[in-house]
Amino acid sequence: MEIPYTVETRPDTGLFNAKLGIWLFLASEVMLFGGLFSGYVLLRTGAIDWPHGWERLSVPLATFNTAVLIASSVCMVLSRRALKIGRLAKGRAWLLATAALAIAFLAVKLFEYREHFQAGDVPARDNFFATYYTLTGVHGLHVAGGIVVIAYLAGPGAAMWSRQRERYANRVETVALYWYFVDLVWLVLFPALYLL
Amino acid sequence: MTHATPQPAHPGFWRRCVFSQDHKVVGIQYAITGLLFLLFGFVLMMIMRWQLAHPGQPIPVIGGWLGPSRVAQGIMLPEFYNALGAMHGTIMVFLGVVPLSVGGFGNFLVPLQIGAPDMAFPKLNMASYWFYAAGGVIMLASFFVPGGAAQSGWTSYPPLAIINQGGQTYWLVGMLFLITSSLLGSVNVITTIVQMRAPGLTFMRLPFFVWAQLVANFLLLLAFPPLEAAAVFQLMDRLAGTSFFLPTGLVVSGKVLGNAGGGNPLLWQHLFWFLAHPEVYVLILPAMGIVAEIIANNTRKPLFGYRAKVYAVLTIGFLSFAVWAHHMYITGMGTTMSSFFQTTTIIISVPSIVILTCLFLSLWGGSIRFTTPMLFALAFLPMFGLGGLTGLPLGMAPPALHLHDTYYVIAHFHYIVAPGTIFALFAGIYYWYPKATGRRMNEVLGKIHFVGTFICMNLIFMPMFIQGLAGMNRRLYDGGAQYALNHEVLGLHVLISRSAWVMGLVQLVFIVNFFWSLRSGARVGDNPWEATTLEWAAASPPGHGNFATAPAVYRGPYEYSVPGATRDFTPQFQADVV
Repeated sequence: MEIPYTVETRPDTGLFNAKLGIWLFLASEVMLFGGLFSGYVLLRTGAIDWPHGWERLSVPLATFNTAVLIASSVCMVLSRRALKIGRLAKGRAWLLATAALAIAFLAVKLFEYREHFQAGDVPARDNFFATYYTLTGVHGLHVAGGIVVIAYLAGPGAAMWSRQRERYANRVETVALYWYFVDLVWLVLFPALYLL
Repeated sequence: MTHATPQPAHPGFWRRCVFSQDHKVVGIQYAITGLLFLLFGFVLMMIMRWQLAHPGQPIPVIGGWLGPSRVAQGIMLPEFYNALGAMHGTIMVFLGVVPLSVGGFGNFLVPLQIGAPDMAFPKLNMASYWFYAAGGVIMLASFFVPGGAAQSGWTSYPPLAIINQGGQTYWLVGMLFLITSSLLGSVNVITTIVQMRAPGLTFMRLPFFVWAQLVANFLLLLAFPPLEAAAVFQLMDRLAGTSFFLPTGLVVSGKVLGNAGGGNPLLWQHLFWFLAHPEVYVLILPAMGIVAEIIANNTRKPLFGYRAKVYAVLTIGFLSFAVWAHHMYITGMGTTMSSFFQTTTIIISVPSIVILTCLFLSLWGGSIRFTTPMLFALAFLPMFGLGGLTGLPLGMAPPALHLHDTYYVIAHFHYIVAPGTIFALFAGIYYWYPKATGRRMNEVLGKIHFVGTFICMNLIFMPMFIQGLAGMNRRLYDGGAQYALNHEVLGLHVLISRSAWVMGLVQLVFIVNFFWSLRSGARVGDNPWEATTLEWAAASPPGHGNFATAPAVYRGPYEYSVPGATRDFTPQFQADVV
C-alpha cells in the first residue's frame, strides 16, 4: 500500500502532505503561544504595578541570544540551499551549525535562569517572573525539540538522501518552517518581556 | 514518486492489533476505548445518583468496596461526590464522546469515504491513539492518589482547583496528553481530507459526514491549544507556586494564602471556555454528520439542502470561536461583553437550526426504512432540537442569571450530548458495524436497546428541567435537600436515579448484541444498506489499503432514487446511471 503525495505535490492543492501538516501544526502553535501571550497581556494590563522588563532582566544577554537565533535561521536557509543544488555534505554541515547555535541559545537561557534563581527571582516571586519563566520556558522546550529533530536530520536521518533525495529535502523544508516559527516566537517574546 | 509505508505485508499480532498504523484498526481502538470510558463515566454517575436520590444513606452492595477514603460506613463522602462529578464530566467529554466520534468514526470512516488507502500520516495516527490511551490511564490513576481524583468540576475553575489537594495535577497532566493526541489526530484528518480525496471527489461531492469531521477537526486544532496554555499556567500555580489565577489576599479557611497574588481567576475561565465552547461543537458536528448519512440512506432520497448544510457547518465553525463567554454571564464581566456574546450566541443558533431543519425536511416524502440505526437517527432530531431550543434562554444574559448552575443547564446540555450525540453514535455503530466486521448487529436486540434507552433518557433529563426552573443548583452533595425552596422537586431525584439505573441495565442488551453479532450476526456483502458513498465500495471488512482498485468518483454523495434508474441508489463510484 502506498500513501499518495508523501513526496510529490498533489496537482490541485499544490502541496505534499507533510507541508500541509506542518502548516496546520504551526496554526495550532500560534493558538498555543497566543493563549500564553493573552495571559501575559491580561495579567500585565490588570496589574497595579508591573516592572519594565529591562529593570529585572538582562537585555544584553537577550540581544545576544536574539542574534544567535536569527543566525541559526540563516544557517537553516543555507542548508536548504545546499540541498537544493545537490550538496549533501554542505547541507548537513549547515544543519549542524543550526543545531549548535540553538544549543548556544539554550545555554545562555539556562545561564539567565540560574542568575535569577540565585538572586531569589523564582517563578513564585511575582507574576512578572511567573510569565517570564512560563513563556520563555515553553519557547525553550520548542527550541529543544527542534534541536533533536535537526540533529537527527543532520545525522542518521541523512541516510535517506541516497535513496529518496527529494523526500529528504522535503523533511528539511518542513523542519525549517517549524524552526523559522520558533525564531519568530522569540522575536515577539524578546521585546514583550525584555524591552517593554 | 510515491512511498511505501514500511509495514510488512503480513504483520504479527502486535503490529496488526496493538501498535497498528492502519486507520481502521486505530479507529476501532479509539472506538472501543471510547465506549469503555463512556461506560465507566456512566458508572460514576450511577454511583452519584444514589447519593442524590438517597442522601446520607449507605450505598448498597458496592458501598463496602469503595474504601474508607471514599465512603464512611457505606455513606458517600462529600470529597468523593465532588470527584465523581468532576471525573464524570471529564471522562464523558474528553475520553468518551470525542474519542469515539472523532477518533473512532473519524479515523475509520474518513479515509474510506474519500477513497483513500489510509490516513496521510499513519505513524502519527498510531501516536495519537497512544497519547490518548496514556492520558486516559493518568486520569484513571488519579482516583488512587492521596486525596482522590480532581474535585473541581470538569471546568477546573481556580482558585478552588489550585488550592485543592489530590488529583488535580494528574487531571492537568492527563489533559496535556489528550491535547497532544487531539493535535496529532486533527492535523492528520484535515491533511487526509484535503490531500487524499479520490479522483473526481470535489469538495462539494464530499459526504456531509466528511465536512462535519473537517470542521470539527479544525476546531480541535485551533481551540485546544489555549487550554494547553491554561493548563500550563495552572500547573505552574500548583507546582511552582505562581499566581496566574490567584488574586491578591486570597483567604482560604480563614487563613491568608501566602502567594504573591495579582492573578486573575477569570483568565482561566476565558481560556477554558475558548476551548470548551468550540468543544461542544466538536461533540455535536460529527453526530450531525452521522445522522445525515443514515437519514439519506434510510429515506432513499437525496439530503435536503446539502449545500446549505455545508455552508451552515462552516459558519458554525467560524462563529464557535466567538461565543465562549456566554458561559460566564454571572462572573460580572460587564454588560458590554455580555451583549456581544449574547448576540453571537443567538447568531450561531441560526446555522444549527438550518442543519436540523434540513435533516427534518429530508424525511419529507421518503419511503423510510425503520432500521435500528434509523430509529436512533430519527430520535436524534427531536432530542437535539429540545437541547438546542432550551439553550436559547441560556444564551441571553438575563434568564441565564437565574438558570446558571441549576439543573436546567444540566438538562439542556445533556439533551444535546446524551440523547443527542450519543444516540447518533449508537446509530453510527449499528450502521457501520457491518462495514467494520462483515456482520450485521441483531435488529430485535437493537430495537429493544433503542426503546429502552429512549424512554430512560427522557425520564432522566426531562425532570431536570423542572428541578432547574424551580431553582435547584447543580454540584450539591445532598441534591439540594438543605434548601427549603427545593423540597417540591426533590422527589424527582428518585425517579431520575432509578431511570439511570434501568438505562444501565438496558445497555447490557447493546453489549450482548455487540459481542454476539461479532460471531453470529448475519453475514453481509460490500453494500448491505444499498448506500451510495465510497466506504461501501470496499470489502466488509476492508482489507489493508482499503480498496481492491483505487476508486474514482462520478457524482454527488446522495444520489438515491435517481429518475430513470432501475435501482433506487446510484453510488458515487458508479460511472453510469443504470
